[in-house]
Amino acid sequence: MPKNLRINSSNFIDETTRVSFKFDGKTYYGFKGDTLASALIANGIHLVARSFKYHRPRGIMTAGSEEPNAIVQINGNTAYTEPNVRATEIEIYDGLEASSQNCWPNVNFDIGGINNILSPLLPAGFYYKTFMWPASFWEKYEYFIRKSAGLGKSPTKPDPDLYEHKYIHCDVLVIGGGISGIMAAKTAAENNYKTLLLDEKPHLGGTTIYQSSEFNKINNQYSSKWLENEISKLKNIKNLEIKTRTSVAAYHGYNFLLARENLTDHLPLNKKKDKIRQRLLKIRAKKVIAATGSIERPLIFNNNDRPGIILSSAIKKYSDYYGVVCGKENILFTNNDSAYETAISLFNKGIKINAIIDIREKVNSEITNHAEKIGIKIYNSYTIVDTSGYRRIKEVSIMKLSKDGQSVTGSKIKIKCNCLGISGGWTPAVHLFTQSGGKLKFDNEDNVFIPSKYPSDQISIGSCNGEFDLNTIIKNFNQNIKNFLGIDKTSFEDLKINSTKEILKRNIWLLPSDKAIGKCKPFVDFQNDATAKDIKLALREGFRSIEHVKRYTTTGMGTDQGKLGNMHALGIISDTSGVKMSDLGTTTFRPPYTPLTFGTIVGRNVGEFFDIFRKTPMHDWHVDNNAEFENVGQWKRAWYYPKKGESMFDAVQRESKAARDGAGILDASTLGKIDIQGSDASEFLNRVYTNAWSKLAIGKCRYGLMLNEDGMVYDDGVTTRLDENHYIMTTTTGGAATVLGKLEDYLQTEWPELDVYLTSVTDHFATISVCGPNSKKIVKKVIPDLDLSDEEFPHMSFKNAKIDNIKCRVMRISFTGEQSYEINIQANFGKSVWEKCMEAGKEFNITPYGTETMHLLRAEKGFIIVGQDTDATLTPIDLQMDWIVSKKKYDFIGKRSLYRSDTIREDRKQLVGIVTEDPREVLEEGAQIVADVSKKPVEMLGHITSSYFSPNLNKSIALGVVKGGKNMLGKKLFIPMKNKIISVQVADPVFLDKENKRLNA
Amino acid sequence: MFIINCPYCGEREQSEFKAGGEAHIERPKQPTELSDDQWAEYLFMRKNIKGIQFERWVHVHGCRKWFNMVRDTSNDQIHAVYKMGEKPPLK
Repeated sequence: MPKNLRINSSNFIDETTRVSFKFDGKTYYGFKGDTLASALIANGIHLVARSFKYHRPRGIMTAGSEEPNAIVQINGNTAYTEPNVRATEIEIYDGLEASSQNCWPNVNFDIGGINNILSPLLPAGFYYKTFMWPASFWEKYEYFIRKSAGLGKSPTKPDPDLYEHKYIHCDVLVIGGGISGIMAAKTAAENNYKTLLLDEKPHLGGTTIYQSSEFNKINNQYSSKWLENEISKLKNIKNLEIKTRTSVAAYHGYNFLLARENLTDHLPLNKKKDKIRQRLLKIRAKKVIAATGSIERPLIFNNNDRPGIILSSAIKKYSDYYGVVCGKENILFTNNDSAYETAISLFNKGIKINAIIDIREKVNSEITNHAEKIGIKIYNSYTIVDTSGYRRIKEVSIMKLSKDGQSVTGSKIKIKCNCLGISGGWTPAVHLFTQSGGKLKFDNEDNVFIPSKYPSDQISIGSCNGEFDLNTIIKNFNQNIKNFLGIDKTSFEDLKINSTKEILKRNIWLLPSDKAIGKCKPFVDFQNDATAKDIKLALREGFRSIEHVKRYTTTGMGTDQGKLGNMHALGIISDTSGVKMSDLGTTTFRPPYTPLTFGTIVGRNVGEFFDIFRKTPMHDWHVDNNAEFENVGQWKRAWYYPKKGESMFDAVQRESKAARDGAGILDASTLGKIDIQGSDASEFLNRVYTNAWSKLAIGKCRYGLMLNEDGMVYDDGVTTRLDENHYIMTTTTGGAATVLGKLEDYLQTEWPELDVYLTSVTDHFATISVCGPNSKKIVKKVIPDLDLSDEEFPHMSFKNAKIDNIKCRVMRISFTGEQSYEINIQANFGKSVWEKCMEAGKEFNITPYGTETMHLLRAEKGFIIVGQDTDATLTPIDLQMDWIVSKKKYDFIGKRSLYRSDTIREDRKQLVGIVTEDPREVLEEGAQIVADVSKKPVEMLGHITSSYFSPNLNKSIALGVVKGGKNMLGKKLFIPMKNKIISVQVADPVFLDKENKRLNA
Repeated sequence: MFIINCPYCGEREQSEFKAGGEAHIERPKQPTELSDDQWAEYLFMRKNIKGIQFERWVHVHGCRKWFNMVRDTSNDQIHAVYKMGEKPPLK
């Protein structure tokens, strides 16, 4: 390591612990406490990346989360790889491997650099303009465009790390652990508020913690010393929780915030193992204090993006905090006093300052005078018109600014350097404030947007509120925090502050050059390679809204969300279009403030925990018997039970045949069950179903269809009258929860006078359906005491029974068209009763069947499945189920809609049976149905909703919806497929046993 | 995410609730007497106000009770919650 780039011992770097890491395959050393950026700079490396579009060499530009350039891929090719990591944030550890992104073959020599030469051909909107035609070519263009887009590579292996979520409730949340945040947290906690203090950095203290300057003193101490002492006292305050390496990502309404706590990213690989990597904190705070600080602005001038061009404040942090010198020949370029702090700090460490270039006229402040006194060469009213140096800045050219700042005059002066610090003033970090719904106002003096209207119980303090000098910060702090927390006194009221105040300001959003703008590259968004030229082009092409200009030029759309350059983009738009900044507004700041990993967002909800799944009481039996499962809502339902070597088709054909020829058994436990009780239960059912319920005898079952108020079929199922005022309703598996919700809605809001109580009992009962010609014999063996004769126990009736002394309900109802019995027993006996049925049915070849066979069997009978054959656009009339709609009832949900002008149209889509000309041809569900293929464009009449090969009829059958289908019986239609046209005929939707003989056989 | 003061349970997270559209639209007592237009008015027409809106909510992952809420849709401030059948506390 070139040790001479380490200039002083730092409190924050442990120089006794050497850390080795790799960058672009080469091994380097840094110290514990270094970020990748500080360690690289200490090794003399500035060129770390290539830019997004032009592949220009780029270096480290900042020292924080706003970094646009130095974003790297870490731990490439492993499961731990992560793209777009900011080198300025990641702390180095033994074994860290980082590499440059967006360059090939390497960052020093990048083929893509050709784009820089071609750049006149690549203006804003290049892709939109170029790849528009012919439209059919887009697919081909897209392949190449996708390849050249994007920065890092996304991981290809599953994320091996652990993440979790945590809820936190606190009285006061303080965001940011700079001087304002620390004073606020201390004050809140000492006044009995349960306080949480968060900071994204590993250490508290913000920029003040390394501020050892004559110009910033508190009680005659350096402000750093004073703050260090304050921080050391925080430990003893109860009520105060502090989390560092924790970045607030989102600030929602009602003071709900999301933050990412980084727990292991700074640890060596072997110490990360089995630990939680990142934790998403879901914070609900009664009060929020934002002390998020401010971000230094760059200056926008020609070729302002070379490696070695660094924010002035970052140079100061690298030297004061990390003890690393960015360059030995320094120039500072500024429009404000803060670059002078950097200059003086470097000077005091013996580092050469070649010049300060200040766009302002001679300033007479304490700090500028001091800089002059110690002999730093200051060029007032000058600007940089160009820079040179390909892989690192070598030289700047400066010229005198005109009075209006729009042009340059005089002769060019060239000054050598290998590091250029730039400072364009400060932008308050109001991102979180605006996310929360806060409104900003524009301060014309400082050219900043600052908080104006708070949408919740919150306050912004310090530099994020536009307070930039220590004196103002402390003075405002005392006043504002007392009001905010409702207290009389803070412990910071008698501090003696020495700080300098800036007395002269000059802001030029786009600095002029001696060259025309068309020949310049003044970058505004460094990450997305958007220049001032692009913004001006967008305005010339007619874009006016800031949101449109942003999207057209991609300014502010990188992973850094334009933290550095957005203000300049606004300023340039304002200057060019003549609209005032305050009228222009800002683009919307959206969460997350800094990128979140997907792992943090999903937390523990991965793999089997991704979603809840529900299992029936017989689930294990299905697993043991080789069932394949399908997801129905959250349920796992047995789909089919393949025997060795059987395909799905084979299994379903076998199961379907067995159910009609011998006996079948189905696990129907997932059907929704709603227990309905109360003296108005019958009236209630009358109102929610289309058919009549008052006359249903106790012990009888009835099929019901439920509509929405718009007349469309919503759900169906069989409801049984258990007693005078007691019913049990079944719903579709997927509809159970919404049906209950809908019924509750009507009961509570429209018909509160009805005495009805609804209880979901879906999980309380296991339901076993035994069907087929032998079903009666099997049920008889299982429940010998039950009289199963057709007279005593006919179709659509119910009996209470007992199996081994356990009460159960038996319904004789059928969804297959076969004689069938449904045994409902309390869930924990489900599996044993199922096994009893299997045992009893052995001699009759009882065959377990799954949902696929169930669907096939009901389709043979033309029974609909709500949600498969219907899609919320079909009335019962459309389904040819007129028989179930009561003509006598005055009202029921949806009745009025059944004779709206739209629902009585003859040409609505109606459900019909469809048979193919070739009985072996099985149609695809979803296939379009047409009448005439020769007339273009071909008119679509409808589509296939269900389609199977029926083993019992030995032919293909289908259901479909067809415009005016009711009157098309026998009509020939066509199904156009990719490589053939299938001829079909409209048929009765009931294919098998129209007379229902089998039900009573 | 709001905090909603359920009139039956007290303050709870918004994630426990479900919104149910505009409030105070009564289902017509005699739908059959209505013209297509009148029925369509009940069936389809809902306001979408920027500002104070009266809306129905249900504490779906709690007491399952429906209630009404007065919310300013421009800033999500909740001005009142009240039980079904009660008169709106402000106009």
